[in-house]
Amino acid sequence: MAERYGAPVGGDRPSRGQAVIHPSPSQWLDVAAAVRADGFDQLIDFTAVDYLTYGADRSLPEGVQPERFEVVASLMSHERRERLRMRVQVPADDPTLPTLFDLWPGSESLEREVYDMFGIAFEGHPDLSRILMPEDWPGYPLRKDYDSGRIPVQFKAASNVR
Amino acid sequence: MSTTDIAPAGAERVSRREPSAVLRMSEAEAAAIGGDPDDPGDDELVLLNMGPSHPSTHGVLRLMLELSGETVLRSKPVIGYLHTGMEKTGEQLTYLQGGTNVTRMDYASPLFNELAFSLATERLLGIEVPARATWIRMLMCELNRVSSHLLFMATNGMDLGAVSMMIYGWREREEVLRFFEKVTGLRMNHNYIRPGGVAADLPADWRADVSELIELIEPRLDEYDTLLTGQPIWRERLQGVGIISAAEAVALGATGPILRGAGMAWDLRRDEPYLFYDQVDFDVIVGTHGDCYDRYAIRLNEIRESLRIVAQIIDAVPSGDYRTQDKKVTPPPRARIDESMEALIHHFKIFTEGFKVPAGEAYAAVESPRGELGVYLVSDGTSVPYRVHVRAPSFVNLQTLPHLMQDGLIADGVAIISSVDPIMGEVDR
Amino acid sequence: MGVSDQVADLREHGLKAIQHNFMTAKLESLVNWSRARSCWPATFGLACCAIEMMATGAAHYDLARYGMEVFRASPRQADLMIVAGRVSQKMAPVLRQIYDQMMEPKWVISMGVCASSGGMFNNYAIVQGVDQVVPVDVYAPGCPPGPETLMHAIFTLHQEILSGELLARRAASESGGAGIAVQQIDGQTATATIRRGHG
Repeated sequence: MAERYGAPVGGDRPSRGQAVIHPSPSQWLDVAAAVRADGFDQLIDFTAVDYLTYGADRSLPEGVQPERFEVVASLMSHERRERLRMRVQVPADDPTLPTLFDLWPGSESLEREVYDMFGIAFEGHPDLSRILMPEDWPGYPLRKDYDSGRIPVQFKAASNVR
Repeated sequence: MSTTDIAPAGAERVSRREPSAVLRMSEAEAAAIGGDPDDPGDDELVLLNMGPSHPSTHGVLRLMLELSGETVLRSKPVIGYLHTGMEKTGEQLTYLQGGTNVTRMDYASPLFNELAFSLATERLLGIEVPARATWIRMLMCELNRVSSHLLFMATNGMDLGAVSMMIYGWREREEVLRFFEKVTGLRMNHNYIRPGGVAADLPADWRADVSELIELIEPRLDEYDTLLTGQPIWRERLQGVGIISAAEAVALGATGPILRGAGMAWDLRRDEPYLFYDQVDFDVIVGTHGDCYDRYAIRLNEIRESLRIVAQIIDAVPSGDYRTQDKKVTPPPRARIDESMEALIHHFKIFTEGFKVPAGEAYAAVESPRGELGVYLVSDGTSVPYRVHVRAPSFVNLQTLPHLMQDGLIADGVAIISSVDPIMGEVDR
Repeated sequence: MGVSDQVADLREHGLKAIQHNFMTAKLESLVNWSRARSCWPATFGLACCAIEMMATGAAHYDLARYGMEVFRASPRQADLMIVAGRVSQKMAPVLRQIYDQMMEPKWVISMGVCASSGGMFNNYAIVQGVDQVVPVDVYAPGCPPGPETLMHAIFTLHQEILSGELLARRAASESGGAGIAVQQIDGQTATATIRRGHG
């Protein structure tokens, strides 16, 4: 099914029976446009994963070079009741991708969230700014090298507890 | 407005005359404009801040509104005031503990969060859930849809000044919560649906309780009809307000009552059946105009449909296990712990270390009261997820807000925010 | 009888001249009484706890019985801030601003474990205890505290205001809040669904 978009197709094992394609960053926009033209009319979900400390085999299809970041887009074709997932490898030294805003305007907030949480920039995005964190927040919280910010719990009134 | 208007190709950031419904302006820029002295010869556009602590923004939603007189030209939802770092915390909790984390997201319908998380985990594990557990999940989720929509009825009424509706909505919701408390031990944030099944079996007399609930709530819905649906003031406030077309809703990623209100019959329960929704009979409620009134009517009638499903579930629930008997996922029964050391160790290990989940990625989606609620999990083969991402329907639906509000009155803005029904815990996560 | 006649009567006969019942009290007690009996909360719902706070105000638990049904949207008209839910780093300055806008005397209830200590969200996004931002008078535990617990917290607050204890505790504490912790007392009512005819 997914071969027709000219991108490597994911194996069945890692995706649990769900259709996955793996375009390269340079193919990203072209493949997305082909997918859009093929009837996938809604961008359901858009997120990223930081594979910095991933220990297991990522089971990427042959020819796909693993990178630190992976952007994952889930698409829906209402007409055919089909889902398709696109996974693209984004290198750590140049975390940029073209925006999908022109194909699916609904990507606006989702791409802003990925920018906010992972620091992946989307070229051509109309308003690439932080969305969940304060505008002056340092760092990108969902990166694996960003500390969770857990602070040790102090039991302030511990001496009174019996 | 066609879908192409939503996406002005190559739009420069912050031109004040950008032909869009979205006000793409940073807080700093807005503050700079706000600092300018008023000029009477100005074009009389006003930038107004609404929220994040405002009685009708449903929690901590904040809006930047560009007004001409009382007409909203462009607007921007400013969110993140309830950002909880749940996706980061989810990377530190085992799959068994994960439910406690996600259930606090959409706090009006906590069971759906747990369900989506459990389904994604089970997809990674590749395990089957016993039939009784699946039916129990359906029962609880449909009742949760009822309580969530009742909450919407109450707040929607309150936002529009129908304060008595506020009291009625809470009154009925309280009855559903009593049943939840009886089954799960908590009124909300249950952590009841867990990977492998549910936490506990239904109480012995649950059929009587659920029948009472149906008998109690159904006639009350007719009272709402009398109170609101046909009432001229109510219709005047809602009809023709906040219109969106199906094409716009799809383009902006909207799901749930917003999409159905625009005339698109799309409900994951019917179109991508999960659990046993293909074995029950129900209608997908669809609107025609895509206005606030349609969204209100859809939710009201979805309560009826949910009660219809619940009535069928009462007869359908078989006897059997309420959680999978897969030893890997399910701790041994309490009685075994007293007699077997191995069982005790196993029990201890499941609750401290958790169970290992095969490496890979999976996405599972359910139809929550607000739309498609999806959970995307990445596992590296350990007992803690490598990445937990939640596709929150409120977050995506909120993108429609500027388009719904454009060229409307600011007073209608309150009706529109209410009809989108965003739960901020889910928006910000 | 005009006022001047009453005054003349008083001069002549003393207190016996007064024809109505009357009570005497210390001014301080009267002030405390009035403060405790019309404690208007500000609407400051944040997360899950806000839903339970609204449930407390709704028909079933009916906060109106204690003169508290008017949740004021304007902090200027509110005496009590119920911090209901987790406070994010982004929300903390807003919270403080709203607190500063409230008129003295003002009270703060920290509702739920997230507001009290960060709860289960011990991470970068959540303020680990709202007492870092505003002085807290009463902590209500629970996740979320049910309406019973919230009402217990409110009664405790009323009582402490009435007895004057609250201000004494405030004076003695470093944080500026009374810092009273109440117990969680949820599940007091029967969990069975109400049978028809009762509701």
